[in-house]
Amino acid sequence: MAKYYLDYLDELESEAIYILREVWAQFQNPVILFSGGKDSILVAHLAKKAFYPSKIPFALMHVDTGHNFPETIQFRDDLIEEFGVRLIVGSVQESIDEGRVKEEKGKNATRNALQITTLLDAIETNKIDCAIGGGRRDEEKARAKERFFSHRDEFGQWNPKNQRPELWNLFNGKHFEGEHFRAFPISNWTEMDVWNYIKREKIAIPSLYIAHEREVVWRSNSWIPNSEFLKLEENEVVETKKIRFRTLGDITITGGIESDADTLEKIVEEVSAMRQTERGNRSDDKRSETAMEDRKKQGYF
Amino acid sequence: MNNQLLRFTTAGSVDDGKSTLIGRLLYDSKSIFEDQLLAVENTSKKKGHEQVDLALFTDGLKDEREQGITIDVAYRYFTTPKRKFIIADTPGHIQYTRNMVTGASTANVALILIDARHGVIEQTKRHAFIASLLQIPHLIVCINKMDLVDFKEDAYDAIIKEFEEFSSKLFVKDIRFVPISALLGDNVVARSENMKWYNGSPLLHTLETMHISSDHNMVDVRFPVQTVLRPQRDGFIDYRGYAGRLASGIIRVGDAVTAMPSGFSSVVKSINGPSGELKEAHAPMSIALTLEDDIDVGRGDMIVRTNNKPEAAQDLEVLICWLNEDGIRPRTKYLIRHTTNDQTAMIKEVIYKIDINTLSRNFEDKSLTMNEIGKVRIRTTKPLMVDSYRENRSTGSIILVDESTNETVAAGMIV
Repeated sequence: MAKYYLDYLDELESEAIYILREVWAQFQNPVILFSGGKDSILVAHLAKKAFYPSKIPFALMHVDTGHNFPETIQFRDDLIEEFGVRLIVGSVQESIDEGRVKEEKGKNATRNALQITTLLDAIETNKIDCAIGGGRRDEEKARAKERFFSHRDEFGQWNPKNQRPELWNLFNGKHFEGEHFRAFPISNWTEMDVWNYIKREKIAIPSLYIAHEREVVWRSNSWIPNSEFLKLEENEVVETKKIRFRTLGDITITGGIESDADTLEKIVEEVSAMRQTERGNRSDDKRSETAMEDRKKQGYF
Repeated sequence: MNNQLLRFTTAGSVDDGKSTLIGRLLYDSKSIFEDQLLAVENTSKKKGHEQVDLALFTDGLKDEREQGITIDVAYRYFTTPKRKFIIADTPGHIQYTRNMVTGASTANVALILIDARHGVIEQTKRHAFIASLLQIPHLIVCINKMDLVDFKEDAYDAIIKEFEEFSSKLFVKDIRFVPISALLGDNVVARSENMKWYNGSPLLHTLETMHISSDHNMVDVRFPVQTVLRPQRDGFIDYRGYAGRLASGIIRVGDAVTAMPSGFSSVVKSINGPSGELKEAHAPMSIALTLEDDIDVGRGDMIVRTNNKPEAAQDLEVLICWLNEDGIRPRTKYLIRHTTNDQTAMIKEVIYKIDINTLSRNFEDKSLTMNEIGKVRIRTTKPLMVDSYRENRSTGSIILVDESTNETVAAGMIV
C-alpha cells in the first residue's frame, strides 16, 4: 500500500513552497534577502522548486556591509548566474559615506546594526513590499514569536505585541503604501532540518561551512577569522587552525569552531552532536539578553 | 510511521506547570543546548532557586519576562528518533483566547494541563472547548503535580471523572489521560516509579506513536489554485501549470476534474511535485498540475474531482472567534479570505454568543468583542466553494479582514 503521509522534511518543504507562492500572489514587488548564508541559500533553492518550470520570479537582495568573507561574494555571484535572477545590493559603505549612519567605535565595533538603515533604505528605494528572509523560529527567543507573514510599519518597525493572528494556512499580506512585510518560509525548520535537507538535496554551500585551514584569533570563546578589518588586542595571537563556521555573518563578528567535518555527512553528524546553539558564536547576539528583540523591532532581518 | 511531523498546542499559565512541562520535554529530549542551559542556570540562581527552573527555557519577549506571562504564541521545536515536534505554546488566560485559537488551528494534538491539587478549573474547560471547536483530532489531558498529591491514584481518578462530566458536551474523537510530574519528570519521558498503578504510556511515548496519518482528509480532492505558472521558455512554451497546495484528498494523473466555480471539466495531465513528476499526490503536498484542456483557471479557483464537489455557497453560517479590539459591526463589509479566494462579505447577523466558560449560548447579547466566540450569518458577493469545517479544516475555514485597517479581525469555521 502506498503511504499517504509526508516525512517531516517533505512537509516542511511543501509548507515553504506554499508560503513562497503566497508571497508571489499577494505582493507586487517581493525580493529574497540573500546573505550568502545557508538559510538564504535554502530559501533560494526552495523558490526554484516553487516556480519550476518558470524561473524564480524574485530578485535577490544583498545588504552588503563591506565586511564580507570573499568566499561569500563569489558564491553569491555564481548563484545569481546559475538561477538567472536579478541582484539588488544595498551598501552599508554608501550609507556611511552619505552620512546616513555612523561607524561604531571601540574594540568590538561592527557594522551589524548599521545594516538596518541600509536595508530599510533599499526597501524604500526599490519599492519592495515584501522581503523574504531565511529567519527560523528556533534561532532565538524573539524569533520564536515571529509570524510567517510579518507586518512592518512605515518606519520598517516590528511590533511584537500587536501581530496579526495567523490561522490555518490563511495569510494576510494586506498593507498600506509605504508599509512592507517580511515573509519567513522556513520558520518551522531547525538548524538540524536545514542541514539534513541540504544533504538530501545535495545543495551547494559556501566552502566556509566546511572544515578548512584558516588564520584565526581566539576571542570571546570562539575563533574569529583574521582579516584586514580585525584589530589585534594585546595578548592576542594569530594562529592557523582547522575550523568551520556554523553561521555566516560579517567576517568581523562570525566565530568559527574547530572541526574536522569536511563533508556534508560529517557536518550533519557534528551538528547533531553539537551542544551549543549556532548563534552562540555570533558576537552580535551576545551583546545583551534582548539583543535580537531590540534589533528586530527596529527593522533588522 | 517514523519521521512524521506532529504539531501540538499547550495552553495554560506558569501556575499549572505548562512552561515546566515544555522545559522538561526539551530538556529530557536533549533539545537544550549548553549555552541555553548555562543562561537558565544563572537566572535560576539569581532568582534563588535550588534546582534549574525548567520554566525559564520558554521565556519570551522582554514584557513577558518582566510580567511572568505569555502574551503571544511562541513556537518551539524538538526531535526524537521517532518524530519531529512543533509546540505552539500559547497563553491560557481568557484575554488571550485569540492566541489559543491561533495555536489550535494547525495542531494535531492539544495538551491540556490540570493541576492535580485543583482539578478541573475554568481555564481547563476553556482550553478543551477551543480544542473541540477547532477540531483538534487528539486531546491529551496531563494531570500534573502528582507529586503534590502523593502520587495517589484516587486523586487522578477523581479528576478524570470530573473532566469527563463536561467533556461529553464536546466533540473530540480521541481523549487520553496521563498522570505526570513535570517538575520531577514522572511519566513525561520515562515511566514513573512513583505511580506503578498507572498502566498507560508516558506522555512522550504517546506523542511519538499516536496515529496521525488520518488527521488529514484524504477523501475529498480540493485543490485551491495559488498561482498559474507560465514559463514561456524553450521546452515549456505551452506549459500552463496550476500551482497550489493540495488541501485534501489524493489526486492522480488521468483523474476527471472540474474547475470551480466555472464548472469546466478536464483531465489531469501531469503532476509536478517538489522533486519532479509524480503519478499521484496527496494532501498537504505543494504541487503544480497541468490539465488536458486549456480552460480558464486562476488564483481563487478550486480544482476538484468531477464526481465530488464542494458546495457553492453565498450564505454561510460560521462560528467565529473575534480577534480584534474593534468589535463586530454587523451590516459592515469585510474582506473574506477562504483558501486562496478573496471576496467581499457582510455579517448579516449574530445568531448567538457562546460563554466559553459554561459553554452556554446567549441569544440575547449580539455583540462580539475581542476574544469572544459566536455564531454568525455571513453573505458573500460571490459563491465560495466550501465544505463544513468538521469535514475539512482547509476548505471549512475563513478569516475576515477589515479593509480600513488591513487587520485580520476574525477567524471562522463554517458550520
